[in-house]
Amino acid sequence: MATTTTMPAAAETATAAKPTTFAAALNTAMSDAMEREASVCVFGEDVGTLGGVFRITDGLTQRFGKGRCFDTPLAESGIAGMAMGMAMNGMRPVIEMQFDAFAYPALEQIFSHVAKTANRSRGRVRLPMVIRIPYGGGVGGVEHHCDSSEAYYAHTPGLKIYTPATVTDAYLMLREAIDSPDPVVFFEPKKLYWTKESVDLSALRTQYESAAENSSAPAAGVGAEGGAVVVREGTDVSFISYGPSVSTALKAAAAAAEDGISAEVLDLRSIVPFDDAALAATVAKTGRAIVIAEAQGFVSVASEIVARIQERSFHSLSSPVKRVTGFDIPYPSPKLEEHHLPSVDRILDALDELQWED
Amino acid sequence: MTSDTAPGATEQGSHIRDTSSSFGITPEQYMLPAAQQIRMLAPDGRLIPEEEQGTSPGHEYPIPEDDALLAAYEALVVGRRVNDQNYALVRQGRLAVYPSSHGQEACQVGAALALGDADWMFPTYRDTVATISRGVDPLEVMVSFRGDWHCGYDPLQYKISAMSTPLTTQLLHAVGVAHAAKLRGEDTVVLAMCGDGATSEGDFHEALNFAAVFEVPVVFFVQNNGYAISVPLSHQTAAPSLAHKAIGYGMAGEQVDGNDMVAVLATLRRAVDLARKNSMPLLLEAITYRMQAHTNADDDSRYRESDEVEQWKQRDPLQRMRTFLTDRGVLDENAETRISGKAEEVAAALRLAMTTEPAMDPLEIFDHVYSAPTAQLREQRAQLADELARNQEG
Ligand SMILES: Cc1ncc(C[n+]2csc(CCOP(=O)(O)OP(=O)(O)O)c2C)c(N)n1
Ligand SMILES: [Mg+2]
Repeated sequence: MATTTTMPAAAETATAAKPTTFAAALNTAMSDAMEREASVCVFGEDVGTLGGVFRITDGLTQRFGKGRCFDTPLAESGIAGMAMGMAMNGMRPVIEMQFDAFAYPALEQIFSHVAKTANRSRGRVRLPMVIRIPYGGGVGGVEHHCDSSEAYYAHTPGLKIYTPATVTDAYLMLREAIDSPDPVVFFEPKKLYWTKESVDLSALRTQYESAAENSSAPAAGVGAEGGAVVVREGTDVSFISYGPSVSTALKAAAAAAEDGISAEVLDLRSIVPFDDAALAATVAKTGRAIVIAEAQGFVSVASEIVARIQERSFHSLSSPVKRVTGFDIPYPSPKLEEHHLPSVDRILDALDELQWED
Repeated sequence: MTSDTAPGATEQGSHIRDTSSSFGITPEQYMLPAAQQIRMLAPDGRLIPEEEQGTSPGHEYPIPEDDALLAAYEALVVGRRVNDQNYALVRQGRLAVYPSSHGQEACQVGAALALGDADWMFPTYRDTVATISRGVDPLEVMVSFRGDWHCGYDPLQYKISAMSTPLTTQLLHAVGVAHAAKLRGEDTVVLAMCGDGATSEGDFHEALNFAAVFEVPVVFFVQNNGYAISVPLSHQTAAPSLAHKAIGYGMAGEQVDGNDMVAVLATLRRAVDLARKNSMPLLLEAITYRMQAHTNADDDSRYRESDEVEQWKQRDPLQRMRTFLTDRGVLDENAETRISGKAEEVAAALRLAMTTEPAMDPLEIFDHVYSAPTAQLREQRAQLADELARNQEG
């Protein structure tokens, strides 16, 4: 558990910091991992010569050769199943699913084998593999290209579910995912791919690698505990969020501040493992909570968070816990998605309902 | 790491053209299955003359050495005994379930004996005898069938994956193991097993296609025992044979009489050898028969005639091999006594083990889900520990 503000502070002030995209951070995380460890390989659909439809794997084939970064035939079950076999035999595959909804053919492999092999073999066969999935909406995408599918995976024991919300985390968390002995489903909010932060990636590399070498603590802070981070401190209400919704939560917190309400924003960073301690800490501090997530709300990660607050932090609460999520509908068309996605206004409306009169 | 190895074919189909020309035949002659099943022993155990074995010109299938044949016979006898002992244990309620390979033992033994120590095997739920024949302790293999939560043996130690239940999913893992080995420059061959009905699954297609495109040495070994639970093969496919399915992937496919121990071992050895030498996959379809119901929970009288089963008794792999080896002077009474003594020992150990209650620690179910248990799993473990402690007090 980490309850400090955005990590790492050092990167913000480093002299070599320059505007860096989320995509570049992911790309550098992969190439740094491949540079360090010959067993890391990257494959999927169009990830080779083209560098992926989002260019996240740009240049990896050119730099490391076709044995290390390559295109596969179009078959997602095949990609996941082959990756698992390679992980059984000494490799650390990082596979790309082209879009959230196109990962569904791989679900049987992921649910029945990738998630369960360590348990089935009594811990003898570990599968150090990463399944990268661009997910979520807000990019004007059409059907099958905007799903928030994290709950399906989070419901399956044996998988870790990471989702970074910042450029810094895109780098650090992907490095930790690749180094993890457990399979990680790595959800990349595609609306963040081209956002920029002032970051020094080589300083991050040094920071990550020295932490990985010198400390038993997880190098990006996730490990077995989850590593949620308070990204904005506040005292009146907690906005609990992850991935693409963190930026929306931060905007809503800024707007709330203008109305004199101090909102704390918790970025979960990993859904599995789940950071119960950080969640309880922020709720104990503020006494109110709104859970914000893009995915449809029914039987969702947001539902789980509300349930956990109720079970563990009931006596800290001054009002019922609210959710601001997508509607329970198939992802709408590009022209209508703005009505579906959690918005600042909708979060502020929820805020109004938190029984402030007490 | 030979990172420059291109995992994909540079020119479509070039691999198959090179390989076939090394045999002096056309790609079509190479890929098309032999006109009939390859068979070396007649149903009465007599050795069939080479020109009548069903092999095609340009292909060599040497008969295995006598030592290997005797070892195969021993594994057949032990395998049959294990099948029948487990069947009995299920009826006595000592085992939860057992999918028997009674009648298919030649395929089971061939699969194990065709591989080298560094090679890998990917079995299904029906392949207990194959895993035992490769050296896993029968008691370890039976752990999951008696109702434990794990696969029993160490897959990495034996280079045998956990027996797979979701049909053909394991074929892709086999491709991955072979691909990883290839990228490191190792010449590991992987034997990937499945049944006839399973060839309808999507992962069967994806695995064959990936193996062919990435040119990895995987031998796909299909035991065609006629049925998928109740459904005959004619309802699974309109292909002339399962071996034909290989052609569409740019892969060689052939058929063997799966109840002929000599032919199964000879064709599998050749397939493993070709896969290793040329770094390419092959498909081998063994025609055999499931002599018993799908599992103890199945009633095969609802979908097949007992006449059919009776007819297949005439082609029993064990009896056939016994006659052949006796006529060949390889099997004498001493060897026969030694081998049946060994089979009885294995059966006795199984009976003993399955009548003793297994020592299971319920708390261990939390320990291997992740490399380090999460906070949630630690809490749940503590909860169960507390419940167990209170149960003991009460
Ligand atoms: C994906 C999947 N679907 C269904 C089943 C249930 N099932 C178990 S065995 C079986 C029949 C398989 O037949 P075949 O491939 O011919 O193998 P055999 O049992 O004859 O050895 C079925 C349908 C399963 N295990 N996995
Ligand atoms: Mg069958």
